[in-house]
Amino acid sequence: MCGTCGCGSDEKATVIDLKNEAPSHHSHEHVHADGTRHSHPHDHDHAHSHDHSHDHGHDHGHSHSHGHAHLHHNHDHGAGRHHTHEHIEADGDTVSLEARILAKNDAEAASNRAWFAERGILALNLVSSPGAGKTTLLERTIRDLKDKVPLSVIEGDQATTNDGMRIRAAGAPAVQVNTGVGCHLEADMVARGVQQLDPGQNSVVMIENVGNLVCPAMFDLGEHAKVAILSVTEGDDKPLKYPHMFRAADLVLINKIDLLPHVEFSVAEAVRHTLEVNPRANAMTLSARTGEGMDDWYAWINTRRLANNRDTIANVSAPAP
Amino acid sequence: MHELGITQNIVAIVGDAAKGRRVRRVTLEVGALSGVMADAIAFCFDVVAQGTALDGAELDIRIIEGRARCHACGTEFVSPTLLTRCGCASRDVEIVQGEELNIKTMELEEAA
Repeated sequence: MCGTCGCGSDEKATVIDLKNEAPSHHSHEHVHADGTRHSHPHDHDHAHSHDHSHDHGHDHGHSHSHGHAHLHHNHDHGAGRHHTHEHIEADGDTVSLEARILAKNDAEAASNRAWFAERGILALNLVSSPGAGKTTLLERTIRDLKDKVPLSVIEGDQATTNDGMRIRAAGAPAVQVNTGVGCHLEADMVARGVQQLDPGQNSVVMIENVGNLVCPAMFDLGEHAKVAILSVTEGDDKPLKYPHMFRAADLVLINKIDLLPHVEFSVAEAVRHTLEVNPRANAMTLSARTGEGMDDWYAWINTRRLANNRDTIANVSAPAP
Repeated sequence: MHELGITQNIVAIVGDAAKGRRVRRVTLEVGALSGVMADAIAFCFDVVAQGTALDGAELDIRIIEGRARCHACGTEFVSPTLLTRCGCASRDVEIVQGEELNIKTMELEEAA
């Protein structure tokens, strides 16, 4: 399976020519004698994207079973190119849908959010690349906080219950969601996980997303905040490389700082890059292994928890927005 | 990989709305800053549509340009990426266009 979009491609890698302005995943560009450029997702029976609209014959050596996709860009490309795509109004009905593609997930997420709010639960969505230390961070957090804060975990992974078992061993209730081929958690998975977990009033639910800095950025789970974990064994420019995720995160935890003497990672640069993508983000440095810096993270959880806690809200006449 | 799930959503939403009629064409709006690759949706579409009311339908994807408004100076400007700064050098900007992920229209075949 393709590691970029999971579309079942057998291609092992996508080669991107960096000199090319618009590298396109899975595409094989063809230039025809008439100057028409075609970008084929594949050389057989698949959707077929044209970067420009033209009348053209498909006389090149590929078979297209049916179904073409046309991509239109609404900005000028210069060089006098204009992209209008006249559709012949055939004898069918055109129906306006105006539907948001993610409406179903967003509705499920809103329902999760309401469920959490009713119970004063703080739900955090932990996101990172694989191996950044999400599970280790949770293990330490559970061990340090379990006597003070009721905490439970929804563990997302493509396969295995290894992480769920680690969380249980650390002393917190956990459910494991295996997404199979899925590369991220969706709101309905969290709804099912929470039903099984049945977290208590005013508790904290940690949702450990599938290790992936791309897809989870788009899927609201109903959490109060996304927490991105960036380890110092990764590059300090990661926020720039994955801007969607770092833009979506309220808090960025720079983890494994005990390894700083051994790696070329600048905390200052990582923070600078985080703020470049997301000027409102909080950034903290810590080591889930040694415990250094964990108190800042716990203080952050506590502040957020009190803001969501039903008893606190009931006792404060004018809750903070 | 999320494009596969997104395409499944598209096919499900349109299939429901078509109420048993065959769909000839689907038009989408995909924002340049939405985090979704239009090419990947196009790639998945035929496969996902197989055996549904959308089998064989054409897919039109309109890319919506990214635009942002600067919190510092109020200017609205074209923002091709999430990292584009305002002309005043501020990076404290709000995306106002380009995150769309919508199904605009579907074209149905004549009812039999």
